[in-house]
Amino acid sequence: MREDLGAIYVIWLREVLKFWRDKSRIITSLIQPAVWLFIMGKGLGSSFRGPGNVGYVEFMFPGVIGMTVLFTSVFSAVSIIWDREFGFLKEILVAPISRSSVVIGKALAGSTTAMLQGSLVLVFAPLVGVQLSIPVILKSLAVMFLLSLALTSCGIAGAARMESFHGFQLIMNFFVMPMYFLSGAVFPVSGLPAWMKLVAVGNPMAYGVDALKQIILGIQEFSLVRDITVILSVTVVAMGIAVLVFKGEG
Amino acid sequence: MQIIEVQKLSKEFKGVKAVNEVSFDVAQGEIFGFLGPNGAGKSTTIKMLCTLQKPSSGRAILNGFDVVKEAREVRKSIGLVFQDPSLDDNLTAEENLDFHGRIYGVEGKARRARIDEVLELIELSDRKKNLVKTFSGGMKRRLEIGRGFLHYPKVLFLDEPTVGLDPQTRNAIWEYIHQLKVKEKLTIFLTTHYMDEAENCDRIAIIDKGEIVALATPAELKETLGGDVVRLVTVNNQLAKKELVTKLGIFAQEELGGLVFQVTEGEQFIPRLFKELDSEILTVTLAKPTLDDVFLKITGREIRSDEGAESTTALIQRRRGRRG
Ligand SMILES: Nc1ncnc2c1ncn2[C@@H]1O[C@H](COP(=O)(O)OP(=O)(O)OP(=O)(O)O)[C@@H](O)[C@H]1O
Ligand SMILES: [Mg+2]
Repeated sequence: MREDLGAIYVIWLREVLKFWRDKSRIITSLIQPAVWLFIMGKGLGSSFRGPGNVGYVEFMFPGVIGMTVLFTSVFSAVSIIWDREFGFLKEILVAPISRSSVVIGKALAGSTTAMLQGSLVLVFAPLVGVQLSIPVILKSLAVMFLLSLALTSCGIAGAARMESFHGFQLIMNFFVMPMYFLSGAVFPVSGLPAWMKLVAVGNPMAYGVDALKQIILGIQEFSLVRDITVILSVTVVAMGIAVLVFKGEG
Repeated sequence: MQIIEVQKLSKEFKGVKAVNEVSFDVAQGEIFGFLGPNGAGKSTTIKMLCTLQKPSSGRAILNGFDVVKEAREVRKSIGLVFQDPSLDDNLTAEENLDFHGRIYGVEGKARRARIDEVLELIELSDRKKNLVKTFSGGMKRRLEIGRGFLHYPKVLFLDEPTVGLDPQTRNAIWEYIHQLKVKEKLTIFLTTHYMDEAENCDRIAIIDKGEIVALATPAELKETLGGDVVRLVTVNNQLAKKELVTKLGIFAQEELGGLVFQVTEGEQFIPRLFKELDSEILTVTLAKPTLDDVFLKITGREIRSDEGAESTTALIQRRRGRRG
């Protein structure tokens, strides 16, 4: 058990260290949310309004945080494919540590980096007219962390066996983008046709974005308890699958 | 004590027998070499012994633990240097070793001291804080070897440790290997397809098409060839041939205007040749048998057949490419 904690820590440490070292990536990752907020948001905001009394840019703000968390999580999960490609995964897989500690370490590292990256988006809040108090910031960080844990775990389960980046492109186009658009980040889910709603209901992103909206804007579709419960359940199931997939190989 | 015991170990990939019922033991503290051409099954055998692949049949015990049933204990007992690169290029030399030490449970102060000790031995102390991506191929290989024994394993596996390196680096790596055997009392299991390198091993198993075709010390293997080859050219070869029979009891073959025969200790034999023969000697050449000859005799093929040589270059290119 103590050995496993040590292993989780090392796996986590390596990823976070590399994230921290790559400052240019941290900065450039802010460009995309800025484009969404200031170009898409302001542009669409001139013709559309959010639900209730919220302006469109404000409505989009939690969604853009969610997007940043989503993309950072996917990037972290995909580091497994890089590790395989450059051989480092062998070093990890031949070590006397359990497969679960590898998955947990990777997932925790993903959520740490996604939370840090997401927290940087909070800096834009004053520019889009959103007021943030300390409790709101702390609660948002907690949701970012949990949402990312779920997303990274899903990503690891998907990437664990992947040998190349072709498959990754497929995942990006068929899962990640729809996940983003059907999460209520860009437009509310409530107005969608029934089949799309059905997809949205199974989408962990939808619950994360909903939780962020509740905390930051006070608008909601589900209860916060339900949001968190779904996110945690997805995490547990995805981690379980990821461990099984990893165990399958040697 | 036998640190590795292998009985009828096999691995089949979709009907292809990559390793076919190999059996051998490795004694504690020896350098044991697996010698064979590309595709012989060397890496596959290593992967099975290191718990990375499950054997199709047979059994292997390492440091007293079964490689299938007690995989975690086996993993704790070994260090492994893979055929293909496996460092994190975006970490420094020190960080790569630190990751390894932590993941193998070498704790705190002891870990830092050990990292310095290892860097010292592989002569990379001055590059400790540099990112691995700035290293040359040889430096990376040295670092991988250093990492392999950092956690005081019982057995160190080296899969083609010197492939694609220049002769100087190859020699340096062999020096480390010998030092490890002495200083750390490590058992070393390595694979190679360089015949000259295999001579550095205490014992060699020659593997071909998944089967062990010979297993002995390098000297014993060479003895099976019947000794050193002497080629002699004299003023009168016919006379010399008769003299060899009558005075030295040797039956020589005539070949391309000279006489060819085998003796056990060539260096000591040549002076006698000058003393005994009356016909004037023009040239004498002495050829020591190499493991190449052994391989040729056993399998009827050169180890570096055209196909083999080609794949070696391909391998080097792959390594270079990968190491970018
Ligand atoms: N994962 C795999 N799937 C299918 N076949 C495999 C696999 N791994 C190895 N083989 C086959 O098993 C045989 C032995 O391969 P192995 O890698 O053990 O050879 P080797 O002796 O290490 O060769 P080299 O000197 O080229 O490294 C080869 O024919 C190879 O194609
Ligand atoms: Mg090999």
